[in-house]
Amino acid sequence: MNNAIEIKDLIKKYDDKFTLKVPKLTITKGTIVGLIGENGAGKTTLIKCLLGIINKYEGQIKIFSKEEKEEYLAKEDIGVVLDNMFFPDILKPKDISIIMHDIYKTWDKNLFYNYLQKFNISPQTQIKKLSTGTKKKLEIATALSHKPKLLILDEPTSGLDPVVRREILDLFLEYMQNPENTILLSTHITTDLEHIADYIIFINKGNIILNATRDEILDNYGILKCGEQEFNTIAKEDIISYQKNRYDYQILVKDKKNMQKKYKNFIIDNITLEDLMVLKIKGANNERIN
Amino acid sequence: MKIIISNNGTPFYEQVKEALITAIITGDLKEDEILPSIRSLAKDLRISVLTIKKAYDELEKEGYIITKQGKGSFVSLQNLELIKELKQQEIEKYLTKIIEIAKLYNISEEEIIDLIKYLFRSDKNE
Repeated sequence: MNNAIEIKDLIKKYDDKFTLKVPKLTITKGTIVGLIGENGAGKTTLIKCLLGIINKYEGQIKIFSKEEKEEYLAKEDIGVVLDNMFFPDILKPKDISIIMHDIYKTWDKNLFYNYLQKFNISPQTQIKKLSTGTKKKLEIATALSHKPKLLILDEPTSGLDPVVRREILDLFLEYMQNPENTILLSTHITTDLEHIADYIIFINKGNIILNATRDEILDNYGILKCGEQEFNTIAKEDIISYQKNRYDYQILVKDKKNMQKKYKNFIIDNITLEDLMVLKIKGANNERIN
Repeated sequence: MKIIISNNGTPFYEQVKEALITAIITGDLKEDEILPSIRSLAKDLRISVLTIKKAYDELEKEGYIITKQGKGSFVSLQNLELIKELKQQEIEKYLTKIIEIAKLYNISEEEIIDLIKYLFRSDKNE
């Protein structure tokens, strides 16, 4: 099988206000997949369903072709980093190694100590004495040291400075040298994903509103910027969504090359994932108001 | 080999492709030489594996490289003529520009040819 994850007809309802719906989603082995969306959009809920931390849901989730609705236990093949540390902070890295050795058959002590050395973490320091960035690096090192085939990370880079973030991204790229390995990570720091992610999945209000390759999104979408009078000359079907500001209009367009030909005198900027998120989310609101 | 990825709006895969073609034309990448693996290049450039794959796929389609299953991608021999042609095309592009400017300033064909000969010789003497 070529798929690391397959989801069919997933519905997770919290209350009347929030429902996560994923009719169909497959994640191919060997790719980095970025999950983006607002806070509360459903990223963490989706991840928790995948891990079996949430197990009351409708639908089917298969990981490496196996259905995983059982209790969440240490799964050999999956490395997990959630947004808060799950080790008691009086432990030391060397204790982690001892504990993990008992949990995972595949635990590689040497690999773990190599990571510690690489990140300058002393095996003898209590976790509570480590900085936020170092803690995160320790968590990722732990997740990698039982040699998982799938790495699932919830907000692995939030709250970290750019230098540490870069170190962590390089670690992911190193991990991806094995074409059997797969990464799914959620983040709202979209710049981290803009270059390295193979696929971007955009969740809004519990629904997947975009699922495409990085290139399909960033090489294709653009932002057309213009004034009010010019805005009225633009064909409706070319506007995916737009945001009206005091002095300008920002319009989300597709196929920016052709749009530039069609609207020669307009400025069409390249898009960032951040722009896309804002325009898709806020732009939709605008349309409703008008 | 030099590969520079810029945020100038040109798709990354095109930039990678262009950089590799330049490396082939300038001889930085020799005939039959193995290219970096898709995953290692993705890591070193810090860009998506699929982006690199797209660049390699196009290079293969256009005959610059050959991918052998399980062995990697290699600079292709069969495209030597095309590469020669491309080099000539590049020179032609500049020469056309030179001719345009020469006409603009009323400089004769002979003068330009002499100039080129002169520059060629002084380049050799250096």
